[in-house]
Amino acid sequence: MDGGVGYVDVDALKATELRLGLPGSDEPSEKPPPPTTTTTTTTAARPSKRSLDEDRAARREPSEGGRATSTRATKAQVVGWPPIRSYRKNSFQAMKTEAEVAGLYVKVSMDGAPYLRKIDLEVYKGYKELREALKDMFKCFEGCKGSEYAITYEDKDGDLMLVGDVPWEMFTSSCKKLRIIRGAEAIRGLGSSQ
Amino acid sequence: MREERSDMSEDEDGGGGVEQKERWGSSHGGGCCGSAKSRGGVWTDPPPPFSDQVLENVLENVLQFLVCRRDRNAASLVCRSWYRAEAQSRGELFIGNCYAVSPRRATDRFHRVRSVVLKGKPRFADFSLVPLGWGAHFSPWASAMAAAYPWLERICLKRMSIADDDLSLLAFSFPFFKDLTLICCDGFGTPGLAVIAEKCRHLRVLDLIEAYLEEEEEDEVVDWISKFPQTTTSLETLGFDCVDSAVNFEALEALVARSPALRQLRVNHHVTVDQLFRLMVRAPQLTHLGTGSFGPPAALAPQGDVMEHEADLVSAFAASSFAEITADELKPVIHHCHNLQKFWVLDTVRDEGLQAVAATCKDLRELRVFPLNATEDSEGFVSDVGLAAISEGCRRLRSILYFCQQMTNKAVITMSKNCQELVVFRLCIMGRHLPDHHTKEPMDEGFGAIVMNCKKLTRLAVSGLLTDKAFGYIGKYGKSIRTLSVAFAGDSDVGLRYVLEGCPKLQKLEIRDSPFGDPALLSGIHQYYNMRFLWMNSCKLSIRGCKDVAQRLPRLVVEVIRDRPEADEETVEKLYMYRSLAGPRNDAPPFVKIL
Repeated sequence: MDGGVGYVDVDALKATELRLGLPGSDEPSEKPPPPTTTTTTTTAARPSKRSLDEDRAARREPSEGGRATSTRATKAQVVGWPPIRSYRKNSFQAMKTEAEVAGLYVKVSMDGAPYLRKIDLEVYKGYKELREALKDMFKCFEGCKGSEYAITYEDKDGDLMLVGDVPWEMFTSSCKKLRIIRGAEAIRGLGSSQ
Repeated sequence: MREERSDMSEDEDGGGGVEQKERWGSSHGGGCCGSAKSRGGVWTDPPPPFSDQVLENVLENVLQFLVCRRDRNAASLVCRSWYRAEAQSRGELFIGNCYAVSPRRATDRFHRVRSVVLKGKPRFADFSLVPLGWGAHFSPWASAMAAAYPWLERICLKRMSIADDDLSLLAFSFPFFKDLTLICCDGFGTPGLAVIAEKCRHLRVLDLIEAYLEEEEEDEVVDWISKFPQTTTSLETLGFDCVDSAVNFEALEALVARSPALRQLRVNHHVTVDQLFRLMVRAPQLTHLGTGSFGPPAALAPQGDVMEHEADLVSAFAASSFAEITADELKPVIHHCHNLQKFWVLDTVRDEGLQAVAATCKDLRELRVFPLNATEDSEGFVSDVGLAAISEGCRRLRSILYFCQQMTNKAVITMSKNCQELVVFRLCIMGRHLPDHHTKEPMDEGFGAIVMNCKKLTRLAVSGLLTDKAFGYIGKYGKSIRTLSVAFAGDSDVGLRYVLEGCPKLQKLEIRDSPFGDPALLSGIHQYYNMRFLWMNSCKLSIRGCKDVAQRLPRLVVEVIRDRPEADEETVEKLYMYRSLAGPRNDAPPFVKIL
């Protein structure tokens, strides 16, 4: 582009320029202007005019707008807006946060394995996927002794439960850790169910 | 129904017009029989000595038929005799602002009250705008009523702070107590509920609507459900969806089984879908059923019997409003609900779901669509499309509360034309200052059309980008508006002036974050005694303007609330002013300054 050609010329010229100053201490050549960050505001065409108090409120709160790329809510939340009673707001969010807090990463232990693993339950859509994933994960430990095993989990109350009885969402929200039981113990437990 | 008139010039004592007026009409004497010609007339002979009492007895019997409080207020102004007769025959006492009158004054005037409705904090308290401890304590009222109204049957409280001891006092003071309805109240817990359940043997209604119960440790929670009498109860309504702690389900099931009159039941989120089904089986006579929320997200898969039940319900199962139902889950259910009149739902049903509602629920009267994500920039699930669809299908709609991320004037105008029965129109476009999604113009025309076309409109909440023009419309056409909620709207003082000068029926005005200052505030001086209250926060008011109003209107209590001590003295962050016969209250916390 023009700029590029120009630079070459300028540089050449500069080399021959008589200047005061130590050699090598060139002024940095004019860089092309940095690409403008597209500040797409998350809400549609915002008018530039805002009420005085809006500005005041914005200054009080951490700066809003301009951060378009993050997926979570970027806007600074104003107190009491939108006008939903916090009781209701909390109820809507309760289910979501419960799942997030309780069911995310859980430890998985397998009888006989030297170390435990951790998995994110949210990644799986259901029990089938979970079983596949666990099978994959502990493939290396499956000895030739036989592959009878039962997948159990410890729930909120600390009880050892068999995986698969309750609806998936209930499971993810109450599962604290997983334990894969192998061998005779597993067969005994599996006798009644399935 | 005549609206009470309280022009300053008619007031003999120069006081304000409050709902329970202590005013004497201009025609004294016992000769008023209610006929037009004797009013204001002069009696030539002194009236016979007993006629007063006889007349008052007759009057009382006649006035008994007057139920509407506004009619009663008007009747009480005719003359002393009518005033007394009305006071003796008023059965329901409605106090829109617990600080407008002292409990003593109310109980002194009205002796035979059976039902009390009492409201406390301003509505914006729901949105954390009123600091904790502001007031609205029920205790003084409880004490006064316990002494004065032994036959009290019903109490309905809204946004009051109630202690367990107050509930205990109620339970022990009113042997005929039947109905306790608490809306957005706080301060009490399961011990209070237990006393009510146990002692109020004739209880018909126990309805807790969005109450904030006190936090209780597991061992502090009282099993209040078990405290109901073991015999057949007269319960008609039981609502406890806002109670956080689990209830004893066996006791609940047994209670439902021995309550043949039960029509309305709202349980909390601890009751699972299966348990809910069991309850429905026990109480097939239910007309209203709701849950606080479902435990694990459960799709509303139609199951045989359940569907028949749902068809009978007047207010929908999904009226729980906390279930994240998608359009696909809603459609098979809503398809059966032809009689549905009241529907509260999350916006997860999307425009598509609302279209399904519009297609079936031709008799819908009240719709509320709440946002799953109550934030400004979340993905919107419903929009102008849903609103327009509802307006096409539900012509009898009276009340709507609609949260959305985008809206158009066109859709709002369409609703204004289709839904002529609208009494309440509350539209919340969650992004502040958002214009019409398509045209990028302000939402002035949409809201203008609403006030212009919906002649019965008494309550309006506006949002989106609004200029003073919108307020011009409201002032010009909103002649029946009693409650107006404004947020992040308007350009200048002119906007507020339009409203204060144009809306004669205005009772409740709540404004936040709008550029209205002292001149606008002062322009409403003629109006404030006619109103129940004015709330303004984060506007452009100063102490000087508020003091000016306080000086000019002695019967107005002007509260300046400062919740940040470091804020400067001149600006007024929060203003709450209300007419009052009681004068400045003596229970104001330190952050409240009464001018």
